[in-house]
Amino acid sequence: MDHAGLVQRLERILGPGGVFHRPGDLLVYEYDGSVDGAVDTARPAAVALPTTTEQVAAVVKLANEAGLPVVARGAGTGLSGGAVAQQGGIIISLTRMDRILEIDREDRTALVEPGVINLELSETALPEGFFFAPDPSSQKACTVGGNVAENSGGPHCLKYGVTTNHVLGLEVVLPDGRVVWTGGRAPGGSGYDLTAAMVGSEGMLGIVTKALVRLTPQPESVVVLLAAFGDMDAASHAVSGIIAAGIVPAALEMMDALTIEAVEPAYHAGYPMDAGAVLLIELDGPTGDVRETADEVSTLCRQAGATEVRTASEKAERDLLWKGRKMALAAMGRLAPNYYLHDTVVPRSKLPATLRRVGEVSKEYDLPIANVFHAGDGNLHPLMLFDRRRKGSVERVLEASHDLLHYCVEVGGALSGEHGIGTEKRDYMTLVFTADDLAAMAGVKNSFDPRGCFNPEKLFPKGYMCGEVRALRAQAMAQKLGIYAL
Amino acid sequence: MVVAVEADLGNLHRYAGHDQPDDDLLRTCVHCGMCLPTCPTYRLTGQEMSSPRGRLWLMKSVADGRLDLLDPIFDEQMYQCLNCRACEAVCPSGVHYGPLVEAARSQLEQHRPRPFWQRATRKVAMGWLFGDGRRLRAAVAGLRLYQRSGLAALLRRSGALKLAGMEELEAMLPPVSRRSLVPGAEHWSSPEPVRAVRLFNGCVMGTVFADTNRAAARVMARNGASVDLPVGQQCCGALHVHAGMMDEARTLARANIDAFEATGDDAIVVTAAGCGAALKEYGYLLKDDAVYADRAARFSARVRDVTEHLAETDLVPPTVPVDRVVTYQEPCHLVHAQRIAVQPRKLLSAVPGLRLVEMRESSLCCGSAGIYNLIRKEMAEDLGDRKVRHVMETPATEVVTANPGCAMQLRASLRRNGSRVKVRHIVEILDEAYGGKQNIDSDGSARAGAERVG
Ligand SMILES: Cc1cc2nc3c(=O)[nH]c(=O)nc-3n(C[C@H](O)[C@H](O)[C@H](O)COP(=O)(O)OP(=O)(O)OC[C@H]3O[C@@H](n4cnc5c(N)ncnc54)[C@H](O)[C@@H]3O)c2cc1C
Ligand code: SF4
Ligand code: SF4
Repeated sequence: MDHAGLVQRLERILGPGGVFHRPGDLLVYEYDGSVDGAVDTARPAAVALPTTTEQVAAVVKLANEAGLPVVARGAGTGLSGGAVAQQGGIIISLTRMDRILEIDREDRTALVEPGVINLELSETALPEGFFFAPDPSSQKACTVGGNVAENSGGPHCLKYGVTTNHVLGLEVVLPDGRVVWTGGRAPGGSGYDLTAAMVGSEGMLGIVTKALVRLTPQPESVVVLLAAFGDMDAASHAVSGIIAAGIVPAALEMMDALTIEAVEPAYHAGYPMDAGAVLLIELDGPTGDVRETADEVSTLCRQAGATEVRTASEKAERDLLWKGRKMALAAMGRLAPNYYLHDTVVPRSKLPATLRRVGEVSKEYDLPIANVFHAGDGNLHPLMLFDRRRKGSVERVLEASHDLLHYCVEVGGALSGEHGIGTEKRDYMTLVFTADDLAAMAGVKNSFDPRGCFNPEKLFPKGYMCGEVRALRAQAMAQKLGIYAL
Repeated sequence: MVVAVEADLGNLHRYAGHDQPDDDLLRTCVHCGMCLPTCPTYRLTGQEMSSPRGRLWLMKSVADGRLDLLDPIFDEQMYQCLNCRACEAVCPSGVHYGPLVEAARSQLEQHRPRPFWQRATRKVAMGWLFGDGRRLRAAVAGLRLYQRSGLAALLRRSGALKLAGMEELEAMLPPVSRRSLVPGAEHWSSPEPVRAVRLFNGCVMGTVFADTNRAAARVMARNGASVDLPVGQQCCGALHVHAGMMDEARTLARANIDAFEATGDDAIVVTAAGCGAALKEYGYLLKDDAVYADRAARFSARVRDVTEHLAETDLVPPTVPVDRVVTYQEPCHLVHAQRIAVQPRKLLSAVPGLRLVEMRESSLCCGSAGIYNLIRKEMAEDLGDRKVRHVMETPATEVVTANPGCAMQLRASLRRNGSRVKVRHIVEILDEAYGGKQNIDSDGSARAGAERVG
């Protein structure tokens, strides 16, 4: 099938308005939200914009016939290159499947198409008294489908859990074009938990075409505390103190001086410009409890050396405090033309030591590094600031990243808290997983996608699929033929 | 395996000449995608090339020699953009989108072959008609005559307008003000003025909506100002900038700077959000002009939208009840380009009896965007319909806005959808709450105690 033939067949499925194939059109599908240099751009052969599950399935079948890879794409805010078509092929962009099909007040669920924007789901559920708990900082733009594929998290996941805790069932188009449902309304369920397998699978096992998600009731009362500290160490101690006291805040976020410097002039959130670190602590629940806990947290912060503790209970005030945090990442553009964001997780006890190491790396490589992160669960987001036009800067950033990742893994951490592996971190997988670990994962991949056509060049280290998985595939074929000796 | 067809990059057209998209500005975009959902054209299409990020990437691609300046997609996307600046207001990295897309359009205008008739109509419409206040006033006088003589009704009934393809244009037009407002001819004043305000007339506001400008002047006079319109002022040039006609825009900008320079640091108040945004950017427009750069920056610093100006003053409480329900449509060039969102609402809340009910997506473009609704009819209509749906979800009987383009587009959209909801400029509501022309002498001075009318 040549390019013209492919386009013709796609247009038959999607109509002429649902297919892009001119070189200029394809240019804008060669990137996602990830950093230039850390992830290569790549152009697909065509982009399909379906509006129904049937169309998605038909495109997948066509891709099979043409021997082409398929890459699902949501809003393209991913930070690990997940939505970039590294081997070309067809991008299936789900942005036109953006309907909220049903909000069930009794079961506290929502049935949505994958292109629904995270925040808009919460806003739609708000009048019914609910919200969708996973709240990545990109929630204004990213899609539920992307959240499912990356198992995304956000500040409020400390208390409420990440995406996987909020997905009950999925309608999925499998790599061979069949459409299946996993999970369902009823809790528990028997057999393999395929929903859990799909969540976080980075578009490599199936394309989500509908999601049944859990809605969380709005708490009766919410309070946000802003605590300012002289340095990150003191702030870290406050974090430990709060957790040790058995308090589970809805969110517990830390920002360092550099972050405050980027955010405060841009959003006037009210962070003290002279602080070495600030904590944002959100508490929610019944009014009385919240008030009591707020007092307790305030005392703990002061004991840890807080220079100032402020409490915001009005929504407008709270939103303003949060705005600074949520926009922090992107506001870095004001400090430097480029940034590289990390997403490592370390055990909470290792937090102060890791932060010190971040400081050292910053000095060693002469790279400003801002820290803005989910302190409550040890999910670090060191942000390296650089200017790619300066020669050698990208290399320096990548080397510094390498050092930092190694350190985090050494202290028992993980590569990614919530942004996924994609192509960006795939070569680090061997740092945390043994050959057997990886083979187990490859086995899962292989049983869903023996042809390896869904989102190739992701997650597994470079070259891995060619070797190990090919071997597995050969084994599977042999067994089909009744040969068990392999 | 099939691969994408590669474009022929050998003889590629690149940016050249004046007004190229500034490379540093362009590179501030980190393609994070946070701006996508606020972009009206992306919302309607769900396609990346119709998003701010996509358009910036296309501009970057031309700069990098990966896309031909004259590739049809470039033209299509630079002009499909409404230049509503919604992306700019939400961009966390502070990307200045407006100047970039305007420069890209200027590049297209400089290098794209256009059919002769297109060039000619642009020259006449934009250069000649809007280039001089007198010519435009004469044209609008013709329009006024047309509306009042019964010719309008006759043509509408006969179907001749449809034949001439002028139906939409006709539906957008509100009843034209009886008299145009001529700079130098009228002025208003509080009995003991505490500040002088220099009103910027604007081409459409000063003619079609002249009565709205008069209402604004009355409201300011009741709040302690003396208001006049310096002679020599011209159209702001926003339409020209949006169309990539930078030379024409600069000529108008220089004329305006000259006209207002004699009035020191007095506030230059504007009733049209689109003009206000353009005037505030004269500093940027003329940054490379040795003679005018500094003067342009000083001019821009004096410019205030009328709502911004009123909200800065200690507002005399209006006393005439306006017992109606309204909803507020935020003009893009007010909320996004000038980041003015609270001031209009604050003013409306000061009006006794008035109830403001917010609509959904109040800051999403209504589809007007200068003359966009004339050249991109389909997209503009979809946006207009979407806006009308949101208006009709509220109990409002009037939509309040603050820009002539929006007013015309809203009016046409409401009419097309069979809605009776009226469109008002915010100063008209305020003027009503201050008693309108009551206690204003024929020479424009507000009588003492005028603030307690009604
Ligand atoms: C400024 C900024 C802040 C961010 N903050 C956070 C944060 O706090 N927490 C966090 O977790 N992430 C964060 N992210 C990362 C990103 O927003 C999330 O990973 C998000 O879930 C991606 O959603 P998307 O719709 O943009 O997906 P895309 O980027 O389009 O795709 C991401 C992956 O999902 C796959 N995919 C998309 N849709 C489907 C589908 N329907 N079925 C199967 N696979 C699919 C793609 O193939 C790809 O592998 C941030 C990103 C930015 C730019
Ligand atoms: S314009 Fe701003 S918000 Fe949009 S992609 Fe670029 S950096 Fe992100
Ligand atoms: S100016 Fe408006 S239409 Fe143009 S890209 Fe920005 S948000 Fe979209």
